[in-house]
Amino acid sequence: MIQSQLVMQKEDFDRVLGIIQRLVRDANAKGVFVVDKAGQLIGEAGELRGIDSTSLASLTAGCIAATGGLAKILGEEEFPIHFHQGERDNLHMTVVGERMILVVVFDERSSLGLVRLRVKKAGGELAKLFEDIRKKAEAQPPGAGSPFAEITDDDIDNLFS
Amino acid sequence: MSFINYSSREINCKIVYYGPGLCGKTTNLQHIYQKTNPDVKGKMISLATETERTLFFDFLPLALGEIRGFKTRFHLYTVPGQVFYDASRKLILKGVDGVVFVADSQIERMEANIESLDNLKVNLKEQGYDLSKVPYVIQYNKRDVPNAAPLAELRRLLNPQGAPEFEACATTGQGVFETLKAVAKLVLTDLKKMGG
Repeated sequence: MIQSQLVMQKEDFDRVLGIIQRLVRDANAKGVFVVDKAGQLIGEAGELRGIDSTSLASLTAGCIAATGGLAKILGEEEFPIHFHQGERDNLHMTVVGERMILVVVFDERSSLGLVRLRVKKAGGELAKLFEDIRKKAEAQPPGAGSPFAEITDDDIDNLFS
Repeated sequence: MSFINYSSREINCKIVYYGPGLCGKTTNLQHIYQKTNPDVKGKMISLATETERTLFFDFLPLALGEIRGFKTRFHLYTVPGQVFYDASRKLILKGVDGVVFVADSQIERMEANIESLDNLKVNLKEQGYDLSKVPYVIQYNKRDVPNAAPLAELRRLLNPQGAPEFEACATTGQGVFETLKAVAKLVLTDLKKMGG
């Protein structure tokens, strides 16, 4: 299953953070999250740090997957943009590239139009970045630099002791 | 999909509990949730119907500890077992790193077990996975019921390939952690192989 593994080096992670931190400012958002379609949280920025972002990531992926299923029933490839309007906070989700989701939480300090505009630019940058990461991983021999290369059975056993 | 982050030094893996309706997948997760130290677990999410049948999935994040300085996190998911929720099951298998098949030991559920196991193989194949290559364990749940099928029978019908297997009674917790540990170990061993 190596093709589905995502390994992120520090410099790539910093670039992801740089893009989403700028998106928080440009879109006047409360929080921005990057989530993998399988439900893993990749990165977060903004004043919402400290909320249950693990659950947010899992539910976001579930939501995108469910609406993706709906799209296919209707003959669409995907519904790439989702917007949920709340009384206080709103949620904007966009599918970025092939496997990422960009989530923006915003309130009355921003607007849907502004968020959509800024997300378009940041989403494009993220898609390119994740494509670069994928290509970089493909260019390396399997498992190169993996922290797991040298772990022993004892290391694994110790987790459960 | 395992996600290794060198910046925060974290490894995240996804484990899915699969099986027929009412076999005890959610009960497995509930037991793990109840018996785990609050600082190693996140919130358990259950997307269930009013009658507490799983509608979409249950989700429980667990932090096991560190391996070589990397925090090891497991995300446990269950699928809805009822036959007509197949579309949801496919979605949840996306990016899976390890699978637990929870079989219902009751004789009258044998057909449902076989059907669900076949469904697992088909759905994994659609995602490009082969059950014989995925870290996989099988749990024979409800061993305490009077109409439980003999172990040999369960093994013959559900586990001819000899995957690691565990007897369990998820309501009391017997066998629950043994199953989790076994699949988590297989997932980590798999990662080790990739790194080797």
